[in-house]
Amino acid sequence: MTETQIQIRDLKKSFGSKHVLKGISLDVPKGQSVAIIGASGTGKSVLLKCILGLIQPDGGSATVDGIETVGASRRTREEVLKKFGMLFQGGALFDSLPVWENVMFRYRQNTKMDKARLRAEAKATLAEVLLEERVLDLYPAELSGGMQKRVGLARAIADKPGILFFDEPTSGLDPITSGVINRLIRNAVDRLGATAMTISHDMNSVRQIADQVAMIHDGHIIWQGSVKDMDQVDHPVVHQFVHGLPTGPLTKYAESI
Amino acid sequence: MVQVLQIPGRAALGMLSEVGRLTLFVGQALFWLVRTPWYGRQILRQIIDIGYYSLPVVGLTTMFSGMVIALQSYTGTERFSAEGETSVATVVVLIITRELGPVLAGLMVAGRIGAAMAAEIGTMRVTDQIDALDTLSTRPMQYLIAPRVIAGTICLPFLVLVGDIIGVFGGYVIAIYQLGFSPSVYLAGTLEFLEPFDVIIGLVKAAVFGFTVAIMGCYFGYHSGRGAEGVGRATTNAVVYSAIMILIFDFMITGFAFVR
Repeated sequence: MTETQIQIRDLKKSFGSKHVLKGISLDVPKGQSVAIIGASGTGKSVLLKCILGLIQPDGGSATVDGIETVGASRRTREEVLKKFGMLFQGGALFDSLPVWENVMFRYRQNTKMDKARLRAEAKATLAEVLLEERVLDLYPAELSGGMQKRVGLARAIADKPGILFFDEPTSGLDPITSGVINRLIRNAVDRLGATAMTISHDMNSVRQIADQVAMIHDGHIIWQGSVKDMDQVDHPVVHQFVHGLPTGPLTKYAESI
Repeated sequence: MVQVLQIPGRAALGMLSEVGRLTLFVGQALFWLVRTPWYGRQILRQIIDIGYYSLPVVGLTTMFSGMVIALQSYTGTERFSAEGETSVATVVVLIITRELGPVLAGLMVAGRIGAAMAAEIGTMRVTDQIDALDTLSTRPMQYLIAPRVIAGTICLPFLVLVGDIIGVFGGYVIAIYQLGFSPSVYLAGTLEFLEPFDVIIGLVKAAVFGFTVAIMGCYFGYHSGRGAEGVGRATTNAVVYSAIMILIFDFMITGFAFVR
């Protein structure tokens, strides 16, 4: 039986009177790639941030390798975060730093590795995401959206983490670039043997990246299964979302809130 | 009736919660100021931004203020005293070193640096860069806030010292070339009543103002709302509240230092 690396139990989070997560429970097995799908505003990003401790949930539990992250001390949280690499929705590259320093940020701040070696490591990591040496000294503002995502991915995988989080990795990208990003993500996850959680609306992306899929609706996980089963699900909400149908229960729900 | 009371009640609660949040933020900033690692490159970058690039604006403001004080004190003292040369020099040097030097430098830096800090950190907040720092094993308070607070507190006294000299020089230029005073008498009048304590208190004020501007810029940026509107509001608040706090602290320090 596969070991569970991330375990979420009854996780709740509200913002004012808006109850975003109403009791999420989810198991992410070690080495599996799980995609979280759901309509906009259903709390998918909030879920990731709660696991990472970037947002404090109102209740419930989230453990990573058996270590509780909800309400964890700063030291515990920092230890847990060392296991993670994260690609943020907009890339979240540091504007004031060139590409190579963005990629090697964690090393640069926490080790005494010299600049030449850091640049060499950055070059090798960028090559893994199909970026050439010439981008090393460019600043994020000088890169296209797709290149920013790739640099963000390079930063996420630079120190070979055991867990990777991807928040909307293909949002705002054209289909070709999205395809390249999806392939790079899948390759990186496989090469590292990492556990991955991906948030996405893009069903093509989900099909390429994920092994398992979980759908959030109205603050709960309403379905979880394999990517292969996704297209045959009878649940009307999942069916509408997966097939991108304009009418159905999700449309009525969106109009009611 | 209950609804009528709800409005001021909600405003008071909002204000108290903001004060509490600011107090916690200041506490955290102070906590991380004294803990290693210190990010030397970040501190240096901020020192150059705050200290070096603010020099022209602080220099210009204090110079013209020194010139205006010289003109105003001359036309004012002329009405009741014949000893214009000495009194103009004394008024210029005391007002510049005790008051206008630190206050004007503080306000200029609030407009230039406080706003820039709020905008930069606010943008980092809304584009997830602060969360990214956290996930990359770097504490945002230590990496972003502490260097700015250190640089603000160190740089403003230096800016004020330079501003004091330029301001006094502005008064000197007007006194000598427009009012026709004797340079030696004017310089003697400048030094006669100036005490080291005046300059020191001016520099203490500057350090407090530098700390205040950096804290306000960082605080409003760090807690910036979402989107361009949120960052815009953070920037405005940083400048407005920095200016208000500078004037309040100026009054308090003046009262404490000079009123016996």
